Amino acid sequence: MTSAAPILQVRDLLKTFGAVVAAKDINIDVSKGEIVGIIGANGAGKTCFVNMVTGYLAPTAGSIVFEGTELVGKGPREVTHAGISRSFQVSQVFHSMTVEENLRIALAIAENRGVNALRLMESDALEAKCSDVLRRYKLEPHKHMTVSVLSQGIRKLLDIAMAVVSEPRILLLDEPTSGISVEEKFDFMDVVMGALKEDNVTVLFVEHDMEIVERYVSRVLAFYQGEIIADMAPDKALADNKVREFVIGKRH
Amino acid sequence: METFLTILLDGLQFSSYLFIVSAGLTIIFGVMKILNVCHGSFYAWGAYTAAFFIGKFSDMGLPDALGFLIIIAAAIVVGVVLGLIIEQGILKHMYHRDEVLIVLATFGLFLVLEDIILIAFGTDPYFAYQPMALLESVEMGGVIRDVYGLTLIGVATFVAVGCWLLLNKTKWGVILKAVIFDREMGISMGINVPFVYTLTFIGGAILGGLGGAYIAPTISVAPGLGTEVIVLSFAVVVVGGMGSIAGAAIGSLIIGLLRALAVHELPQVELFVVFAVMAIVLVFRPEGLFAPAKPRKI
Amino acid sequence: MLRDTTSKVVLFGGIAIILLGAIMPNWIVNQLMFGFSRALAILGLLVLWRTGLVSFGHAFYFGLGAYTVAIVDIQLGVTDVFVRLFGGAIIAGIAGFIIGFIMRNYRDIFFAMLNTAISMVLYGIIVKTESLGSTDGFAISLPTIFGIAPETKYPLFIIITMIAMISALLINFYLKTTVGRLTTPIRDNEIRVEYLGFSVAHAIHLKYTISAVLAGGAGALMAMSLGQVDPDSMINWTVSGELVFITILSGPGNVIAPFIGSLVFEVLRTYAFELAPQAWQLIVGATFLTVIFFLPGGIWSLIAKLGRKKS
Ligand SMILES: Nc1ncnc2c1ncn2[C@@H]1O[C@H](COP(=O)(O)OP(=O)(O)O)[C@@H](O)[C@H]1O
Ligand SMILES: [Mg+2]
Repeated sequence: MTSAAPILQVRDLLKTFGAVVAAKDINIDVSKGEIVGIIGANGAGKTCFVNMVTGYLAPTAGSIVFEGTELVGKGPREVTHAGISRSFQVSQVFHSMTVEENLRIALAIAENRGVNALRLMESDALEAKCSDVLRRYKLEPHKHMTVSVLSQGIRKLLDIAMAVVSEPRILLLDEPTSGISVEEKFDFMDVVMGALKEDNVTVLFVEHDMEIVERYVSRVLAFYQGEIIADMAPDKALADNKVREFVIGKRH
Repeated sequence: METFLTILLDGLQFSSYLFIVSAGLTIIFGVMKILNVCHGSFYAWGAYTAAFFIGKFSDMGLPDALGFLIIIAAAIVVGVVLGLIIEQGILKHMYHRDEVLIVLATFGLFLVLEDIILIAFGTDPYFAYQPMALLESVEMGGVIRDVYGLTLIGVATFVAVGCWLLLNKTKWGVILKAVIFDREMGISMGINVPFVYTLTFIGGAILGGLGGAYIAPTISVAPGLGTEVIVLSFAVVVVGGMGSIAGAAIGSLIIGLLRALAVHELPQVELFVVFAVMAIVLVFRPEGLFAPAKPRKI
Repeated sequence: MLRDTTSKVVLFGGIAIILLGAIMPNWIVNQLMFGFSRALAILGLLVLWRTGLVSFGHAFYFGLGAYTVAIVDIQLGVTDVFVRLFGGAIIAGIAGFIIGFIMRNYRDIFFAMLNTAISMVLYGIIVKTESLGSTDGFAISLPTIFGIAPETKYPLFIIITMIAMISALLINFYLKTTVGRLTTPIRDNEIRVEYLGFSVAHAIHLKYTISAVLAGGAGALMAMSLGQVDPDSMINWTVSGELVFITILSGPGNVIAPFIGSLVFEVLRTYAFELAPQAWQLIVGATFLTVIFFLPGGIWSLIAKLGRKKS
């Protein structure tokens, strides 16, 4: 444990949609380098939390401080510039372009902010970086394929690869393994977590599969009806009565 | 006072015919996500077909009251024939293409159908005043009005109530609403979406044709008819919110009344008052006044 | 910047056309002037079209450019071809930049319709305003070049061709920059573009302004080529429709396409009016449908296919 200030501080976060309370009393401190698993039943508010941290949804109240700067009020683009990226429950990629083209444009945007966007996009440096990402995320065999013909798993890998090209310090993954078969899940997570380890990035990921949670995370946040009902080490969380009842759906 | 009443009645009549046409346009958009430019052609074909046969029947010495039957028949025939040909022959093959490309295709169709009207009916105007003459006129608060024009308001009300009942009180309405909200969801619910599309397009086309057929007796049916109406009903559905029947009703009232006001009080602005309203509404309410709800994306 | 094939073709093709212009009959030179002028506007629409945006109201900027020429001519006696051209392009560009703040929030048909609405408002104003020439418009005096009044149209033709070349080269470059490449990505998934850290609104605003400048320049050149302006051939929605038609006909594949498409359109129109004056709309409509169905890449895709076969 480090004594340094947490990289992400969430305070009294609240989000309501009319009568629906999607987030309430959320208070979290995340330290640099942590791998945090977010669990909870469908509709518990996990995606909503990710959306608020990354600027897609504005919280009704509360604050989100990243490396000392307030994120509430910033949109997705500004949050990306601040150093936080995310992946999506349903992969958000450019479906009529090839894998390589997807990565190339992602890298170019990350490199060329502001007026630099008016420079020629293609360069040898860009190509080198692109092949590096393709290699690390095991996307090379598919690089010339149009995304819309690829399997869910490859799309999810691409989705994550595109999120990390901006070299974020925090990465939020929303259900990275949803839509991927049970047999492939571990291989998939090995690729992702292996690549992320090289980058030394703090990761928060939403996951339904408890085996994966146990294997990769150092800490678990359990959501239930918009509130955090447990914030503890994975082994403790899985043994916790409330978590077993409201998240995993087993009675004690 | 009399001017006010004239403006009000003119406006309402104008709104009524705009509504009948726009209701068809907005239903097609709501269900199929197609902004159908050739809707203007349905209107024009409805008007020409009705005018042509009303004239023919009258020449043959048949009773003028048959005119009302002709109007309804013209709307149905035009809607079914043109609607079926266009949906099955062209649009069906484009559903996977870009939304804008489909609009452009319907624009191409519109141009073709406009010229076919010229070739089929010639450039001379048609007059089919018989049904209007039959109903004579009444005096209301000091102004004299054609009864026929007033029945237009009744027809529009009938269409509005009919659409509302269809959407809210029938099994069909449930299906339509599901497809309107989210096509993919509709498919996963087991709805035969292609069939719904075909019926919707025909239904919308019939409304377009009805607008033209019913208005035919009150105007000189001449080339260029479709252009004016398509531009106006676009304004209506954009103002009201694309895909919303209630929106089409409100939009028709706003555009119809404002235009009647401009015609009587400030003819210089008649031409662009419609577009100015449309631009203002779009700027402040990009989705129109009654934007239908959208499914969540992420 | 000039190393790719397209740039070379633009450069050498342009020079060849300028030289050939000296020996070509007048009517061909005229058609080329109209075609190239209009092609500038198409070039701008191509930039939008690649991003999935179709404006059904760019006659607004075309008309602004044309009317700027008329007004500086009549009010201020400005005859210089460059002052007129840049005046038209800049006025249209400023208008496009301002309106762009609104337009960048619209997509699909809403984008198309809002553009139509503003162009029709301008059309309505001009038609009803006596001092703006009403439905008759204005005649424009012949342009001068560096103070000299040319005897033939050839010097104006050279200038139009050169402006066309420069614009094509600049747009060709722009399309290869990062923001220029943000075309399919914006069509496919705006949320992702934002999350990658690029403002979709800014990208579209830039594209829109570029298209306005080009349409304004096109209008200015067209006004000078024709020697007159009037609302029906400059600002009415049919003009916008024509511009969209030529854009689709040309295809989005290359900056040369708008020039070929515009020339094909000029030829098509000339012959259609001779052969079947009653069926002009039918021909346009049927061509439109044919291109959309069977040639989604426009005329350019045919040329690209030929090019691929050869190499
Ligand atoms: N944009 C929205 N509009 C309305 N309700 C929403 C919206 N986003 C989320 N919700 C509601 O908030 C709650 C939490 O949803 P979500 O965060 O997606 O759950 P999950 O934990 O499955 O990711 C749900 O009740 C959902 O219906
Ligand atoms: Mg979720």
